[in-house]
Amino acid sequence: MENLIALLIAAPLLGAAVLLVGGRRLDRVGHWIGTLLSFVSFVIGLALFADLLGKSTEHRTMTQHLWTWISVGSFHADVTFRLDQLSMTFVLLITGVGSLIHLYSVGYMEHDERRRRFFGYLNLFLAAMLLLVLADNYLLLYVGWEGVGLASYLLIGFWQHKPSAATAAKKAFLVNRVGDMGLSIAIMLMFATFGTFAFGPVLSHAGDTSQGKLTAIGLMLLLAACGKSAQVPLQSWLGDAMEGPTPVSALIHAATMVTAGVYLIVRSGAIFNAAPDAQLAVTVVGAVTLLFGAIVGCAKDDIKKALAGSTMSQIGYMVLAAGLGPIGYVFAIMHLVTHGFFKAGLFLGAGSVMHGMNDEVDMRRYGGLRKYMPITFITFGLGYLAIIGFPFLSGFYSKDKIIEAAFAKGGTEGWILGGVALLGAAITAFYMTRVMLMTFFGEERWRNAPTPSPAEPSVEPAAETRGEHTEPHPHESPKVMTIPMIVLAVGSVACGFFFNLGDRFLHWLEPVTGHSEGHSPVSTWTVTGATLVCLVIGVGIAWAQYGRKPVPAVAPRGSLLTRAARRDLLQDDFNHVVLVRGGEHLTRSLVYVDHTLVDGVVNGTAAGFGGLSGRLRRIQNGFARSYAVSMFGGAALLVAATLLMRAV
Amino acid sequence: MSTTAVHSLWTTAADPIAKIPAPKIEYGQLSPTLIVVGAALIGVLIEAFLPRKSRYYAQVFVSVVALCAAFAAVVALAADGYGTTKAHIAAMGAIAVDGPALFLQGTILLAGLVGLFTFAERRLDPAAHGNRVDSFAAQAASVPGSDSEKAAVKAGFTTTEAFPLLLFAIAGMLVFPSANDLLTLFVALEVFSLPLYLLCALARRKRLMSQEAAVKYFLLGAFASAFTLFGIALLYGYAGSVSYARIAQVVDGTVTNVDPALANTMGNDALLLLGSALIVMGLLFKVGAVPFHMWTPDVYQGAPTPVTGFMAAATKVAAFGALLRLLYVVLPGMRWDWRPVMWAVAIITMLGGAIIAITQTDIKRLLAYSSIAHAGFILAGVIATSKDGVSSVLFYLAGYSFVTIGAFAVVTLVRDAGGEATHLSKWAGLGRRSPLVAAVFAVFLLAFAGIPLTSGFAGKFAVFKAAADGGAAPLVVVGVISSAIAAFFYIRVIVLMFFSEPRPEGPTVAVPSPLTTAAIAVGVAVTLVLGVAPQYFLDLASQAGVFVR
Repeated sequence: MENLIALLIAAPLLGAAVLLVGGRRLDRVGHWIGTLLSFVSFVIGLALFADLLGKSTEHRTMTQHLWTWISVGSFHADVTFRLDQLSMTFVLLITGVGSLIHLYSVGYMEHDERRRRFFGYLNLFLAAMLLLVLADNYLLLYVGWEGVGLASYLLIGFWQHKPSAATAAKKAFLVNRVGDMGLSIAIMLMFATFGTFAFGPVLSHAGDTSQGKLTAIGLMLLLAACGKSAQVPLQSWLGDAMEGPTPVSALIHAATMVTAGVYLIVRSGAIFNAAPDAQLAVTVVGAVTLLFGAIVGCAKDDIKKALAGSTMSQIGYMVLAAGLGPIGYVFAIMHLVTHGFFKAGLFLGAGSVMHGMNDEVDMRRYGGLRKYMPITFITFGLGYLAIIGFPFLSGFYSKDKIIEAAFAKGGTEGWILGGVALLGAAITAFYMTRVMLMTFFGEERWRNAPTPSPAEPSVEPAAETRGEHTEPHPHESPKVMTIPMIVLAVGSVACGFFFNLGDRFLHWLEPVTGHSEGHSPVSTWTVTGATLVCLVIGVGIAWAQYGRKPVPAVAPRGSLLTRAARRDLLQDDFNHVVLVRGGEHLTRSLVYVDHTLVDGVVNGTAAGFGGLSGRLRRIQNGFARSYAVSMFGGAALLVAATLLMRAV
Repeated sequence: MSTTAVHSLWTTAADPIAKIPAPKIEYGQLSPTLIVVGAALIGVLIEAFLPRKSRYYAQVFVSVVALCAAFAAVVALAADGYGTTKAHIAAMGAIAVDGPALFLQGTILLAGLVGLFTFAERRLDPAAHGNRVDSFAAQAASVPGSDSEKAAVKAGFTTTEAFPLLLFAIAGMLVFPSANDLLTLFVALEVFSLPLYLLCALARRKRLMSQEAAVKYFLLGAFASAFTLFGIALLYGYAGSVSYARIAQVVDGTVTNVDPALANTMGNDALLLLGSALIVMGLLFKVGAVPFHMWTPDVYQGAPTPVTGFMAAATKVAAFGALLRLLYVVLPGMRWDWRPVMWAVAIITMLGGAIIAITQTDIKRLLAYSSIAHAGFILAGVIATSKDGVSSVLFYLAGYSFVTIGAFAVVTLVRDAGGEATHLSKWAGLGRRSPLVAAVFAVFLLAFAGIPLTSGFAGKFAVFKAAADGGAAPLVVVGVISSAIAAFFYIRVIVLMFFSEPRPEGPTVAVPSPLTTAAIAVGVAVTLVLGVAPQYFLDLASQAGVFVR
């Protein structure tokens, strides 16, 4: 069976190669090729899953060695894949959600003349992401890590004719590089410390090394995770990444790629377990991002950006859980999977709304859409209920567990983290209710809509090319788009309950990640009750603000916090002032040093040698007699030096 | 007188003579040298007996056949194991047949063959009175500018003596690195030096400069030979023998029985130090190491360019071979004395060659200083005193000799009304007019500079690595600095050729015959092959890196 692992990656990789190399003659069938190969990968994943289930718990780790990649001295890297419960979970999520989104994109991208290329990139992403989660060593993981970065870059900038999309792609790429640097340093540190970067030896020997080294490795891994998973302080790219086509936002920037950081932390659990300081940093990052994303999500009027803030916040939950150590690993992954379902569903719903609304993204020009798009409304609504943690839906189980685990950390930290997580739950309920109300309920604000306001110029180009600034005609999307939404909605509703039944997910993943029950200072029921209270408060405030009163079509000025949150809590201003200006000053002073000092030394040296050359040249005067004298002198020196060497 | 009496007279007279043992000569193992010497003698006979018209073809034919046959003999000997397992000392202790000797002989023969191609080139100079002419003077004996010279030119004379002279020089060079006693060494030195002095004087154009170069070379060469000979005498006084093995034993102290006639001098270390320093000095003169380098630029500039190319390549190979053998076979016991001295010589040679080259304005002088710097780099490998040092030097010499001949062959192509246009300013914009020739020359310059993917890089890397492993890391640092300085003037020529505006009255590039084309093509091919896939040749040099003692 383990020989099938490589096929998981090979299928989408083949698709990417065929679609990108094949050229225009594949334009008419390209999207179906891409979708088919994605499903092939999913089916292989299912077969492997069935095989894995049939084995006893301790035999559930399979490896496939393909070839020796690099072997230089003690530097040894293999192309080896590792399929265990953790990577299996990811494989199913990636290929399952990925296949649905491929299918959805067939409809969504129907009018795009570069659709074949789009599917090529999607397949490339799948291949890279599968490589990331299947790699058996950190170096190969790094290849996948860079691969998804590339695919993400290509897809964010897919509509490259829009300057905003091109800029967003560049921004995502640059910010991610900072994180990638962290990963590469972590890998080098690992090699220096352990002499290898294969998971097995590194993780099993993690305990034998000094705390300082492990903390350094852990912090560098955290930096990497921050970049890929859009965690503070490397969060700024995710909002802009919404410039990409909506299926991309759903697949890459909500369900799968952005969770790579969580995967990395959970996979490297042994390192973090032995480095409490790094672990603490992880929880702090998670908690801060949780609030950061949630606050940003409250203020955005762009439906996709609101969802992006929500993604950031939810991944904050996962990172927080992953930082709790063995208490939280399983729940981080569980929330990751349930989030994959409902967030993908929400994004696809948002895409469906945009599809019916001439690609309008401003929620202030939505309203009352439930009549026109019943399926979208129901699926989006189920996703909404799941994410806010409505009882017995997916988010309820997974988020509740994380909050419990945060309290179970114990001590003051436990109280603070638990409190933050609870607060986050309330804010989540608020902003998601806001999105729901502004989109599907209330007045039909899109009637007699003014021309797009200059404040939010992020109208996608299709609207302009179609030249429809007139009133949109909301309509339900075609089946090829709604079916994936329905499937995802079912997942959003049921998978949490399914996972939690008899702690199934816990027992499935425990052999890989380990698990320990913390000692919560508060009872499980108290936490659940508090969570529900927070939920009700959040929904209530949102109702009071957006349900009872009509929503103004133009955003009011708002409080200071609102305005800051609209600007992503000044993240870009901060980056600009601190990094851009600082960087400019630094480069300017370096250029100055380069011009004066370095060039001075170089030019001075050159001039010095030139002058010396001119002077030495004069010794060569053309007279044989002076040549003979120089030879004689040389011989005398040679003899004298030889004698001197013996003498000393 | 009866027949028995006559017989007894014969036998009694013959008896003491019979007691002198007949020398045992392994002709087969000496065949490379013997073939070349034989061909040179045939060449002399050709000059004497063949009509003038057919001499050129006969000489070229004989020389090519001889060099090919000699190379085949070297390959056959090497294939027979004489380079490794069967290495031994032949000809009653006079000649060593071992790996380094065979490797260097093969290199010299190939370089000689390529050099011969440039000697035989007759299409570059415009035909004089309907006769095709080569780079050599019509009649060497005629005074420059005299009526007899004009008459000789008009008659279409050519100096075909250049070919036997070349063969004699090659024969001497074949013996030089394999000489196993000091007298053979000295004889070989003179055998290859004297023809070279003559060849230097044979330029068809700028004859005064050529003759001046030859006289300088001869005077200084004779001066250096005198030092060498004096050193040999002192070493004989020290060891009581001129045999390498014997001297080495005395240096090591394994032989102490004193020759009664030399009782006062034998084992006197002052003689050893003086003698070895003087012999080494003679060899350093031949390789062109600072401060014995002064002849190089003048001679390289004045000599006919084909001769310069051959001399720059083959003399260096032969002289470094002899230097290696001397230092590794005769004087390993006193390496703690000569290593520091050679360190100093290598450093000033590398730096001196590279620095003075910066301000040169004549391409031939530039290449001369470049060859001085390269002598310094090779010395760094010599100083390693290890097997890797030997093999790295062998590899470096093989790569370097072909680059040198190729580069000088390109120089012969760039001409104006006065013959070769060697002033650098005339090379400006050559890349625009003749991109191929300029590109080929750029390849050679990059190889000189030691840029990767050329033989220069592989060679320099091998030499520096051996030196660093041999404990001469500071030397390597100086070497790298010198390489950086040297890269400046190599690259400057490339910049000049490709990025300057061509001069209106600039030189033209002559279309050569297949002979020069072949020489340049071989140079490029060897440069790139040794640069891209050096491993086979490094292994070959490594196998050949052991001296027989």
